[in-house]
Amino acid sequence: MKHKTLSGIAGHIALIALSLLFLAPFAFMVSTSLKDEKQVFTETIQWIPSPIHWENYPAALLSFPFWTYLKNTLMICVGTVTGTLVSAALPAYGFARLRWRGRDAMFYLMIATIMLPAQVTQLPIFLIFRSLGWTGTFLPLIVPSFFGNAFSIFLLRQFFLTIPEELSDAARMDGCSEWGIFWRILLPLSKPALATVALFAFMGAWTDFQGPLIYVHDEAQYTLAIGLSSFLGRHGGQWNLLMAAATVVTIPLIVAFFFAQRTFIQGIAVTGMKG
Amino acid sequence: MRTNSRKTFLSREQRLGLWFISPWLIGFVLLTLYPILATLYLSFTDYRVLSPPRWVGWANYRELLLDTENFWPSLGNTVFFFLELPLALILGLALALLLNQKLRGMTIYRTLFYLPSIVPVVANAMLWLWLLNPEHGLVNTGLRAVHIPAPAWLASPLWAKPALIVMDLWAVGGSMVIYLAALQGVPTSLYEAADLDGANAFQKLVSVTLPAISPVIFFNLIMGVIGTFQYFTQTFVMTKGGPDKATLFYALYLYQNAFQYFRMGAACAMAWLLFLVTLAATFLVFKTSAGWVYYEGER
Repeated sequence: MKHKTLSGIAGHIALIALSLLFLAPFAFMVSTSLKDEKQVFTETIQWIPSPIHWENYPAALLSFPFWTYLKNTLMICVGTVTGTLVSAALPAYGFARLRWRGRDAMFYLMIATIMLPAQVTQLPIFLIFRSLGWTGTFLPLIVPSFFGNAFSIFLLRQFFLTIPEELSDAARMDGCSEWGIFWRILLPLSKPALATVALFAFMGAWTDFQGPLIYVHDEAQYTLAIGLSSFLGRHGGQWNLLMAAATVVTIPLIVAFFFAQRTFIQGIAVTGMKG
Repeated sequence: MRTNSRKTFLSREQRLGLWFISPWLIGFVLLTLYPILATLYLSFTDYRVLSPPRWVGWANYRELLLDTENFWPSLGNTVFFFLELPLALILGLALALLLNQKLRGMTIYRTLFYLPSIVPVVANAMLWLWLLNPEHGLVNTGLRAVHIPAPAWLASPLWAKPALIVMDLWAVGGSMVIYLAALQGVPTSLYEAADLDGANAFQKLVSVTLPAISPVIFFNLIMGVIGTFQYFTQTFVMTKGGPDKATLFYALYLYQNAFQYFRMGAACAMAWLLFLVTLAATFLVFKTSAGWVYYEGER
C-alpha cells in the first residue's frame, strides 16, 4: 500500500515535469506575442511581460489581409467537410453492412491507398486540374474530397460494424431497402463518428499547406497557412507580431479540440493513425 | 434466386455493394490509379509542362542516380531522418506507459501531451524558428542557463536536422494516444497470469505488454518511414533545404523539380521510386501483421 502511493507520487512528479516541458513552447509563444521589440530581445526570459502589449494582435492582423485569408480557409474547410461526409458514409456502409463477393479485396485495396504518398499521384492530378482550367481556384482543393477519403471511410466502417445487425435485419423484414436502412437507421446512430470525420476533415483543410501552395497563386486567394508563411517572409525577425499571428491561427484548433476531445481521441484510437 | 443471379456478370449483392462504394471507387480510378500510371509514363519522358512530353527512356532515372549534387543528398537526409522514428517510438511509448498507470488526472495529462500535435504546421514552423533562435530562443536560453553549449540549430548544417527532429518530437502526443489506446486494449487476464507467475513490472512490460501491442508499433514505424519520405512543409517554410542542403529532403527536392525547375519527368521518376518504396512497405505490413487493425464486430 505504502509502496503504491510512493510510486504514485513519483509518477505525478514525472508527469508534472513533462507537462511543463510540453507547455513551455506555448507559454513562450503567447508571452512573446505580448511584448514590444525591446522586451523580446532580453538576456533572460521575461515570461510575463510588463507592460503587456495587447496591441500586437490588432497590429499583426492588420499587417496582412487576415480576414480575407480566414474567409478563404473557411470556404475550403466547409467544402472539404461537406465532400468528405457525403462521400465517406456510403462506401463505409458498403464495406461494413453489405456482404458481397470482392468486398474484402476492395477494402484491402482501399486500406493500401492510405499508405500511398501524395507525391505519387500529385503531379498528374495537377496536370488534370490545369487542363480543366481549375488552377487559381479552390476547386482542386475541394472537389477531390467528394471522392471518398479512405481514412474517413475506414473510420466510419469501424463504427458501423459496432451497430447491432439485428436492427438492419428487423428493418429488412419490414421491407426497408438498403438505402432506407443506411439513411434512416445507420446514419442517425452514427452522429459521433460523423462528427469525428468532419473534425478531421476540417483540421486537415485548415492546416493544409502544399495544396494551396500548388494551386493558389493570387494573393487574394491565399489561405491562412499560405498567408502566414508569406507573412513570415515579410516580417522575419518581428517575433512579437509573428507569434501573435501564430497564436491566432492555433487557437481555433485548440478550442475545437477542447469541445470535441472525446471525439478526437476516440477517432485516433479507432484507426490507429495520426490525423 | 442465388443461382439465378450467378448467371449475370455481377450478382445483385455485388451491384448493390459496388453502388454503395462507388464514390470511393470512381475516385480511386480517377485520382489514384490513373495518376499512378500517368506518373510512370511521364517518368520516362522529358516534360516541361509548356511543350508536350517527349519519350526519353530511362534518362530521368539515370540522371537521378548520377545526381550527387541534389538527389543523393536528399535521399541521405531523408534516411538520416529515420533516426526520429525510434526516438518518437520510445518517447511516445514511455508517455503512454506513464499515463496508463490509472493515476488521477490522467485525461488532463493526456490533453497536455497531445496539444502540440494539433498546432497547424505553418504556425508550428514559425514557433520553432523562434524557439530555436540561436541568440534569444527559449531552447538556447535554457541550455545556456545550465551551461550546455548552445548550437546554432537551423543555421548550422550539422544541427539543422536534429533541430527538426526535436521540433517533431514535441508533437509526439499523436502517437502517444495511439499507443495508449493499444495499451488499454491489452487483456487484463494476461497481466493476472503474469502476476501468478511472479513476474515483476519489467518482465510484464517485456513479455506481455510489448508483444501485445507490437502490431501497432510495427504499423506506426512503417507509416513513419513513408511519412518521412513526404516530409515537406516544415523544410519548405523554415529552411528551404538549407543550410548547405542539410535539410534538402526527398519530398522537397521532388517539389522543386516539379514546380520550380519544371522538370516534371524527373519529378515523376522520383515519385515512382517513392511509390516502389511504399509498395515494399505496404507489402511488409500486410504480410507480417494481419492484426494491426482491430475488427470489433467482424464475423
